[in-house]
Amino acid sequence: MIRYTIKRLLLAIPTLFVMLTAIFVLVRLVPGDAAAVILGDQATEASLRALRAQLGIDQPIHVQYVSFLGDVLTGNLGQSLSSGRSVIQEVLLVLPYTIELTLASIVIGIVLGLPLGIATAVYRNGWTDYIGRLVSLVGLSFPAFVSGILLLIVFAIELGWFPVLNSGGSTDPVERLRNLALPALNLGIIMMAYVVRVTRSSMLSVLGEDYIRTARAKGVRPARLIFRHALRNGLIPIITVVGLYFGTLIGNSVLTEIIFNRPGLGKLILGALNARDYTLLQGLMIIFAICVIIVNTLTDLAYGLVDPRVKYK
Amino acid sequence: MAGAVSTSPARPGGLWLAFSKNRLSWVGLVLLAAIILVAIFAPFIAPHDPLEQNIVVRLEPPSAEYLLGTDSYGRDVLSRLIYGTRISLTVGFIAILIAMTIGSTIGILAGYVGGLFDQIVMGLLDVMLSFPTLLLGLMIAAMLGASLENLIIAIAITEIAPFARIARAPTIALKQRDFVEAGRALGFGPVRIMGVHILPNMISDVVVMGSLWMASAIRTEASLSFIGLGVPPPTATWGSMIREGFENILDAWWLAVFPSLAILLTVLALNLLGDALRDAIDPKLRAE
Repeated sequence: MIRYTIKRLLLAIPTLFVMLTAIFVLVRLVPGDAAAVILGDQATEASLRALRAQLGIDQPIHVQYVSFLGDVLTGNLGQSLSSGRSVIQEVLLVLPYTIELTLASIVIGIVLGLPLGIATAVYRNGWTDYIGRLVSLVGLSFPAFVSGILLLIVFAIELGWFPVLNSGGSTDPVERLRNLALPALNLGIIMMAYVVRVTRSSMLSVLGEDYIRTARAKGVRPARLIFRHALRNGLIPIITVVGLYFGTLIGNSVLTEIIFNRPGLGKLILGALNARDYTLLQGLMIIFAICVIIVNTLTDLAYGLVDPRVKYK
Repeated sequence: MAGAVSTSPARPGGLWLAFSKNRLSWVGLVLLAAIILVAIFAPFIAPHDPLEQNIVVRLEPPSAEYLLGTDSYGRDVLSRLIYGTRISLTVGFIAILIAMTIGSTIGILAGYVGGLFDQIVMGLLDVMLSFPTLLLGLMIAAMLGASLENLIIAIAITEIAPFARIARAPTIALKQRDFVEAGRALGFGPVRIMGVHILPNMISDVVVMGSLWMASAIRTEASLSFIGLGVPPPTATWGSMIREGFENILDAWWLAVFPSLAILLTVLALNLLGDALRDAIDPKLRAE
C-alpha cells in the first residue's frame, strides 16, 4: 500500500505541470494585447505600458513561463486586477460557501442515488428499474442551470418555501439551511443521476458473479446477500464516479451559484470574466486544477484501499 | 469499467435488431427526428420573425397570437425557440464532428504506435479529461471571444479526450488480429492499415458515443450561452433566452421555462438514443 501510495503521489507531479502549462497557454490565447483588452480603448500608452509590466507580459514568453511556474510553486497566484486583493484571499473569502454546497450535494446524491441504484439492479427489468433509469436519464439530461431555474420557479417563487434572493451568508443556522436547500438539491439531483447509473451497472455485474450464486445457494438471506456480499464489491466503481463527478460538480456549481445568487467560486469566476480580471481568472484555474488533481489522487488511493487488487497492477 | 469493447467487425443486422427492440430508443429517435425537422423548416414553422421587436407587446404571457408569450423586446418566444433549435443542433453537431475526427485520429495513432508515445498521449488526455468540461469551455470561449466559430472550437476541444479514449481501446485489440498482421506482411504502410483496416472496424463504436456526447456538447453550448459566452445577441439561442428569462423570472416565468424544456427534450432524446445504441453495440459496455 505504501508503494502504491507513493507511486500515485509522484504521478500527480507531471499532471500538475501539464495543467499549469495548459493554463499558461490558454490565458495567453487572448487575441491582441491583453493590456488593451483589460483597459479598453481609452487607455493611454503609459497606462498600457504600466499594466503590461505589472502583468509581466512585456517579457519574452519563456521568461514569463519560468516566472509563472516559480510564482505558482511558491504559492503566489498574483493579485486580482479589480479588487487588488490577492487571489488566495479572494478564494478564501468564498470557499466556505462552495465547500458547504459541494458537501451537501454529494450527501444528497449518495443518500438518494445509492438505494435507488441498488433497487434498480435487484429488481432488474421491473417497474422500479424503469422508473429508476428514467429518473437518472432525466437527471443526466438537465443542464444545471435549467434544473436550477425550474426549482427556483416552483419552490421559491410559486410555493414560496425558500428565499428567491439568496444571501447565503446568514449567521442564523435555520436561515442558512433554507438558503442552502435549493442549490444543494439542484446539484444533488444531478449527482444522484450519476450514482444511480453506476450503482445499477456495477451491482448488475457483481450480482452475476459466481460467488454470489454460491452464497445464494448456501441460503444467505437476500438483504445480507445484497448489502454484504454484493454492495461491498459494487462500491468500487461508485467511488470512481464520485471522484470523477467532482469536475462536473465544479462546472455545475458555477451555474447553480448564478441561479441562486449564492457567493462561491463559481460567482467569483463569472465576476472575473465580466471584469476581464485575467490574473484572478488564471489564479482560479490553477486552484481548480490543483483541486482536481488532489481529488483524483484521493480517489485512486481510496480505490486502492477498497480493492486490494488495484495496488498490485 | 470500459474494458469490454466489442471489436467484432460488421454486424449491422444484429445491431439493428437489438436497437429496435428497445422501446425507449424509439422515443428518442422520434423526438430527435422531430427536433431536426423543426430546425430545418424553421422559417416555415415559425409564426413570427424571431428578431422582430414590438415594444407594444413586451412580456406578454402566452396567448393565441403569441403561443409561448413574448420577451422583453416584444419578440415572439415560440419563433425564437424554433430558430434556437438551429444553433443548438449546428453547434452540437459540428463540435462533435471536429472532436470525433481529431479525437479518433489521436486514439488510433496512440493505440497503433503504442509504447512511450501512447503513454504520453494518454497521460495528457487524462489530464484534459479530469478538468471540468464547462470550465475548460468557459476559459477557451472567454479567451477567444464570443462568436459562433469560437463557441464551436471551445466545445470541440472539451470533447476530444473522450473520443481518443474510445478509439484507442479497439485499436489495440484490432492491431493483433490476423487481417491486420496480414496487411502488414503484404507491406502496407501504417497509414493504410490504420485508415483502411482498423478505422472501418471501430467507427461504429465511435459514432455511437458521438451521439451520447453530442448531448453533452449541446448542454455545454446552452450553459455557455447562458453565461453570456455564446453566439452574441440578437441571435436566438436557448441558453441566452433562458438568461433573459432568468432576469425577468419574477414577472415572466414563460421566458425561462419554454427554452428550458426545449434543451431538456433535446438532450434527453440524444441520451435515450445514445444509450440504446450503446447497449445494442455491446450490452456489457454500460458504465462510463
